[in-house]
Amino acid sequence: MLEIVGLSKRYARGDLALSGVDLKVQPGEVIALIGPSGAGKSTLIRCVNRLVEPTAGRIVLDGQDLTRLSNQDLRRVRRKIGMIFQEFALVERLTVMENVLSGRLGYVSFLRSLLRRFPTDDVARALALLDRVGLTEHMDKRADQLSGGQRQRVGIARALGQTPSLLLIDEPTASLDPKTSRQIMRLIMEVCAERGLPAIINIHDVPLALAFVSRIVGLKQGEKVFDGPPSGLGPEVLSEIYGDEDWSGVAADAESEDIGPLAAVAGASA
Amino acid sequence: MPLVQGRAAAAGTTGVSQVAPLWVKPALFRAPWQKWLFIGLALGYLVWATGSVDVNWARVSEGLVRAARFLQGFLAPDFRSRGEDIWIGLQESITMTITATVAGVLLSVPFGLGAARNIAPVPVYFFCRGFIALSRSFQEVLIAIFLVALFGFGPFAGFLTLTVSTIGFLGKLLAEDIEEADPRCIEAIRATGAGWWQVVVYAVWPQVLPRLVGLSVYRFDINFRESAVVGIVGAGGIGGTLNTAMDRYEYDSAAAMLIIIILIVLATEYSSGYIRRRVQ
Repeated sequence: MLEIVGLSKRYARGDLALSGVDLKVQPGEVIALIGPSGAGKSTLIRCVNRLVEPTAGRIVLDGQDLTRLSNQDLRRVRRKIGMIFQEFALVERLTVMENVLSGRLGYVSFLRSLLRRFPTDDVARALALLDRVGLTEHMDKRADQLSGGQRQRVGIARALGQTPSLLLIDEPTASLDPKTSRQIMRLIMEVCAERGLPAIINIHDVPLALAFVSRIVGLKQGEKVFDGPPSGLGPEVLSEIYGDEDWSGVAADAESEDIGPLAAVAGASA
Repeated sequence: MPLVQGRAAAAGTTGVSQVAPLWVKPALFRAPWQKWLFIGLALGYLVWATGSVDVNWARVSEGLVRAARFLQGFLAPDFRSRGEDIWIGLQESITMTITATVAGVLLSVPFGLGAARNIAPVPVYFFCRGFIALSRSFQEVLIAIFLVALFGFGPFAGFLTLTVSTIGFLGKLLAEDIEEADPRCIEAIRATGAGWWQVVVYAVWPQVLPRLVGLSVYRFDINFRESAVVGIVGAGGIGGTLNTAMDRYEYDSAAAMLIIIILIVLATEYSSGYIRRRVQ
């Protein structure tokens, strides 16, 4: 389904963000990408839809190598890859509905998008998605009138509106409170399961990742250092990824659902 | 607390009667002599420069007499005897202002988009920046003199002058606004597979539109004032009529025109302030 082989990225400034990362995502599989700031998580998912141009390596999605696409083909591939962002990246002065419909931009002509004359199917799909994320009554509000959790729901609806075959999710909960974070993670996991959608989720909140995701990939300084189920993420592995720290609490409590991320973090810092 | 006591104690042992301040603002100049040299040079230049201005007191007193006559004219403004000319000049000025603002705003949009580094291709960027820099480097009166020479006397030259400077003004500010637009939205819209124009319409436009509307009404009011100025060099409008009245020492008619200009400027300023508050 998605296969990343030997992916490297060196920025113009000279720093190596990714070096030789291999990663295979099976159909319907959701993986959490963890690692400290600057480990290359963000660069990795942006290489997949080429918001960042990879320096070396191959990215194969459904048999198509994404690293050698013409601009036209790149747009066609991007519309099949939904993306959800850390600070939502909604267009704040547009309405909720316009933001959700903007997921269809890759499919409609410029004139239609300019005049907001989206095909009936697209509008029906957008309405269904707003209903799914529970924002139907807010559809004509401007995006900047919503709370953080509601905005991220709009972000999710926009990405799903693309009828994607892959989701790239960049720190979906980083600007949300713990309770909303869990609700958003649960929503993401549910919609992925409903659609059999594979997803890569960058997340720095390890307990939250352990609580929801069944496969964890650890990045450190641009290299993959761990790939396995949450049960394999012991204190030694966490120390290898993040550096030495008292990890008791984070790794051990992960399996029990009712320990929230706050409790786990408190345990780690105690 | 220990630090404070320590410093105070140290000051006591060095024999300073008062407690030395714990902190003073770092000096602007490294050494005192640099400061005094700077102050001395500045004062010296000021004295020399004042002395070099040649004031002809006889002409000043003549001017005062004329100023008095002018003020008298103001007290009894004459709207009648040059009424026709004033009306024509005013119409020209207002037409010039409206057409030049509309044309300038419409043309400033492509120039603004082209001059924004974050969305424009490099060659387009340099062309648009170049045009904007050129139109901004000349004051309206200079452009008007040039265009009057090209197209002859009359409001067409004035219209072109104001259009060109509106493009420079709005194009520059619009480009800067676009460059400051939230890059995350632009990235998000690009990630949906949107084309360049769709990115502009969905991610950039909503972010810059309110300010563009505000700046456009502000420019309308600048254009009306400038339309009075460019008239003096022959580019049509109320400025030309005003200039003629002054040349003929018809201060009462000139005063009438000034009063009308002031009233219109006040009206546009008030309404543009109102519109800008509404859109932002």
